[in-house]
Amino acid sequence: MSQKIFAPWDDPNEKPLIRFENVTKKFGDFTAIDDLTLNIYEKEFFALLGPSGCGKTTMMRMLAGFENPTSGKMELAGKNIAGTPPNKRAVNMMFQSYALFPHLSVWENIAFGLKRGSMDKRAIAARVEEMLKLTRLTKFAGRKPHQISGGQRQRVALARSLAKAPKLLLLDEPLGALDKKLRQDTQFELMDIQESTGTTFVIVTHDQEEAMTVASRVAVMDEGRIIQVATPDGIYEAPNSVYVADFIGDVNIIEGTAKPAGDGVYFLDWTENEPPFLATSDVPFSDGQKAHLAIRPEKISITTEKPDDAKNTVQGTVLDIAYLGNLSTYYVQLADGRIIKAQTANTRRLSRRSITWEDKVWVSWNATAGVLLEQ
Amino acid sequence: MRRASWFNVTALTLGFAFLYLPMVLLVIYSFNSSKLVTVWAGFSTKWYGELLQNEAFLDAAVITLKVAVASSTLATILGTMAAYVLVRGGRFLGRTLFSGMIYAPLVMPEVITGLSLLLLFIGIGLDRGVLTIVLAHTTFSMCYVSVVVSSRLVSFDRSLEEAALDLGCSPFDAFRLVTLPIIAPAVISGWLLAFTLSLDDLVIASFTTGPSSTTLPIKIWSAVRLGVSPEINALSTIMIGIVTVGVISASLVSKRNAVKAQQDMQAAERGAT
Amino acid sequence: MRRFFLIAVPYVWLLALFLIPFFIVFKISLSDLALSIPPYTPTMKDGIGQMIKAFDFENFVFLTTDDLYWKAYLSSLKIALFSTVLALLVGYPMAYGMARAPEEWRPTLMMLVILPFWTSFLIRVYAWVGILSNEGFLNQFLLWTGVISTPLAIMNTTTAVYIGIVYTYLPFMILPIYAALDRLDESLIEAAQDLGCSRTKAFWLVTVPLSRSGIIAGCFLVFIPALGEFVIPSLLGGSGTLMIGKVLFEEFFNNRDWPVASAVAVILLLILIVPIILFQRNQQRQAEAET
Ligand SMILES: Nc1ncnc2c1ncn2[C@@H]1O[C@H](COP(=O)(O)OP(=O)(O)OP(=O)(O)O)[C@@H](O)[C@H]1O
Ligand SMILES: [Mg+2]
Repeated sequence: MSQKIFAPWDDPNEKPLIRFENVTKKFGDFTAIDDLTLNIYEKEFFALLGPSGCGKTTMMRMLAGFENPTSGKMELAGKNIAGTPPNKRAVNMMFQSYALFPHLSVWENIAFGLKRGSMDKRAIAARVEEMLKLTRLTKFAGRKPHQISGGQRQRVALARSLAKAPKLLLLDEPLGALDKKLRQDTQFELMDIQESTGTTFVIVTHDQEEAMTVASRVAVMDEGRIIQVATPDGIYEAPNSVYVADFIGDVNIIEGTAKPAGDGVYFLDWTENEPPFLATSDVPFSDGQKAHLAIRPEKISITTEKPDDAKNTVQGTVLDIAYLGNLSTYYVQLADGRIIKAQTANTRRLSRRSITWEDKVWVSWNATAGVLLEQ
Repeated sequence: MRRASWFNVTALTLGFAFLYLPMVLLVIYSFNSSKLVTVWAGFSTKWYGELLQNEAFLDAAVITLKVAVASSTLATILGTMAAYVLVRGGRFLGRTLFSGMIYAPLVMPEVITGLSLLLLFIGIGLDRGVLTIVLAHTTFSMCYVSVVVSSRLVSFDRSLEEAALDLGCSPFDAFRLVTLPIIAPAVISGWLLAFTLSLDDLVIASFTTGPSSTTLPIKIWSAVRLGVSPEINALSTIMIGIVTVGVISASLVSKRNAVKAQQDMQAAERGAT
Repeated sequence: MRRFFLIAVPYVWLLALFLIPFFIVFKISLSDLALSIPPYTPTMKDGIGQMIKAFDFENFVFLTTDDLYWKAYLSSLKIALFSTVLALLVGYPMAYGMARAPEEWRPTLMMLVILPFWTSFLIRVYAWVGILSNEGFLNQFLLWTGVISTPLAIMNTTTAVYIGIVYTYLPFMILPIYAALDRLDESLIEAAQDLGCSRTKAFWLVTVPLSRSGIIAGCFLVFIPALGEFVIPSLLGGSGTLMIGKVLFEEFFNNRDWPVASAVAVILLLILIVPIILFQRNQQRQAEAET
């Protein structure tokens, strides 16, 4: 049985749930969102990633209806939603501060949104019970928000915003206040809930690992613009710019000039006394064009002997070793002073490690290991 | 913990003696049987008995209470609205004037407020009496209410209101169901403040009252101008007693709530797994 | 629509019952005394044009010629200023003592300061009558101890007014200063001592400057209302004490001279505008510093 991969963004017939079309938002002279165009599809788990102040919250608040775009079009399920007040949108938001009503119990908090509609009492009670069960809060239904722990509060906030079965759920840094262990558990919980309810989630996070874990697609933003939208592996393996490559994970950037070597293969002249590196690229580069080779540390191997099979090899000295438990990162200084980071898995015990400080080593990688970027 | 220094203890002891000694003397001498207030002639409660016989005082007390209840309730409604407008209203025409009109009455000498209101009431031909006092008291005490309520609103987490809107509340429902219950303590203390201000006011009431509506402070005033009187001492003692009991029990309640909230927190942390 | 209603109701109320009355006061201050009801002329009935033509500054000129008035203004300023300084001298050590008191004591001390707030102002002033009068408690006590042989005449003097003002407005001085001192981080004082300040020096160089906004707020909260005070000078100051609030009250009720009373009020307002604006500035700066 073949399972269809979930990739509505590749299907031209698919209608997006949310459409941003040239949306700009200004606060006075300050442009918080700059000419943004974006489609988000039903059942997606969409993550917004970017440095502080790049406009993530602003985008969410426009979707929820707390801010109106200065110009451009915003559609939800094919309908223009500009000007619709927040209480009339089938969009719910989970607030960063949770915004639980302190004077209401957990049960009443979850029921709050349901009571705004014309639902009868019994249906409300049933729905609240269902949400309590989903978020494993049944035991705490009668408590006030200040009588439960941080993680439980976060689940109440989630249950409350999911109770109305919105088409779209917005989560603004939902896990920011949790410790790492709880955060990881909750991430999987969120994914389960997203899958079982079929709701579209848009999540803001500062934690790139979190974005990679939960999201079907990730958007990297900077200064009100979207720099790249792609699946987590696409963002990681094929960043479209140095900015994205640098923002997500660890990366070596080697600057140089490109020289075509035929059929999507290029030489990169990066220093005078060493042979050029060989790299492949889908984007064409002209002869002598400036280029950046972005290559992840774990794609670089480090050996004491010069390997014969690798396309790119260069010698250096080990400057520093960062021991991370499961991994070690070696900082290798090349003859021209550049530092290359190479990462290896620690499959053996520390004492058996063969490479140490000041050792002369070879770093090497394949032509397809990195990507060549214009800027 | 800080050690109480000799200087600090002295400053506090002398300071509080200065604040409380006059009132303590007043209370003690209200139980003096002599008509000569400063000469102790034995314990007696006869002045309290006489006070209760004095219909003029009782009538004045009833009028004062009526005025205070009406004006503090009106002031609470208006003051809460004004606070909401100040904190959440955003920009509107004449906002500066509005906030100026909220803060100015707080420091305006009572003689000026009283005089100006009296001239207004005469100008529009409104008969002076209970109604005019209520209007006058509402006007200055709504400003106190709005200062108290707006200081609470400023620290109020705006996202709670937004969450209510997000869950389908109209703006009015969001206020009624979320904001109001949370700021209720501030609204209540605003009401109490307005109430005591109204009970206490002499100058503005003197300007805006009519012949048929003498309030208690006006009554007390005309009595104390003639010197110390044991009846007034008794009346003062009653008023001081009510306030003391009220303030102490209010602070006990709020302390108990704080302790309870802390225990809840600890219980929650223990219960969290 | 709802927003409009929300803004309009308190706005209109304050316009009608706070702002417009001032214009009426101003208008009447430009009118003349008359033996009629209301006791001034011209009135609206004479027609707007006629009315404006009849306006003049006669009352203000009168205020400058009769030295009762400018003496009253000056003496009010002097009394308000001195009482403010006195209240600061009494209030600062108390606020300081409260801020330095053991943590568990502070709510109680706070309550002790606030309690008089809620007690009738009139009664608190009245309490001093029995203390300060010739056969009052103070004189009895001093005579008994033998410090004096004839009773001191304090009642019906300016001294009594100072005592009254300091006594009734003391909580207004203590609370803002206490709030400022309470926020003050004790490690700052330790740091100053560590850097070589003596305790006294640290107090003047660190504590006082950092509680400045509280001191300013407290001083204005005493000075501004004291300037227009009526009850205290009337009850404790006797006929010899001139204060402008009392003059205004008497001008209005005893002499029934509404135009002059209004002119007195207008001048008092003009005098108050500067401290009120300074006070608002201080409060605004403080609010900004906190956020
Ligand atoms: N109401 C506002 N008025 C003026 N500027 C605003 C307003 N709201 C946001 N901004 C500005 O817009 C920019 C984007 O803000 P936004 O809150 O969207 O950032 P963010 O990406 O969510 O940042 P963070 O990760 O820190 O939460 C910021 O520079 C912010 O100062
Ligand atoms: Mg944000």
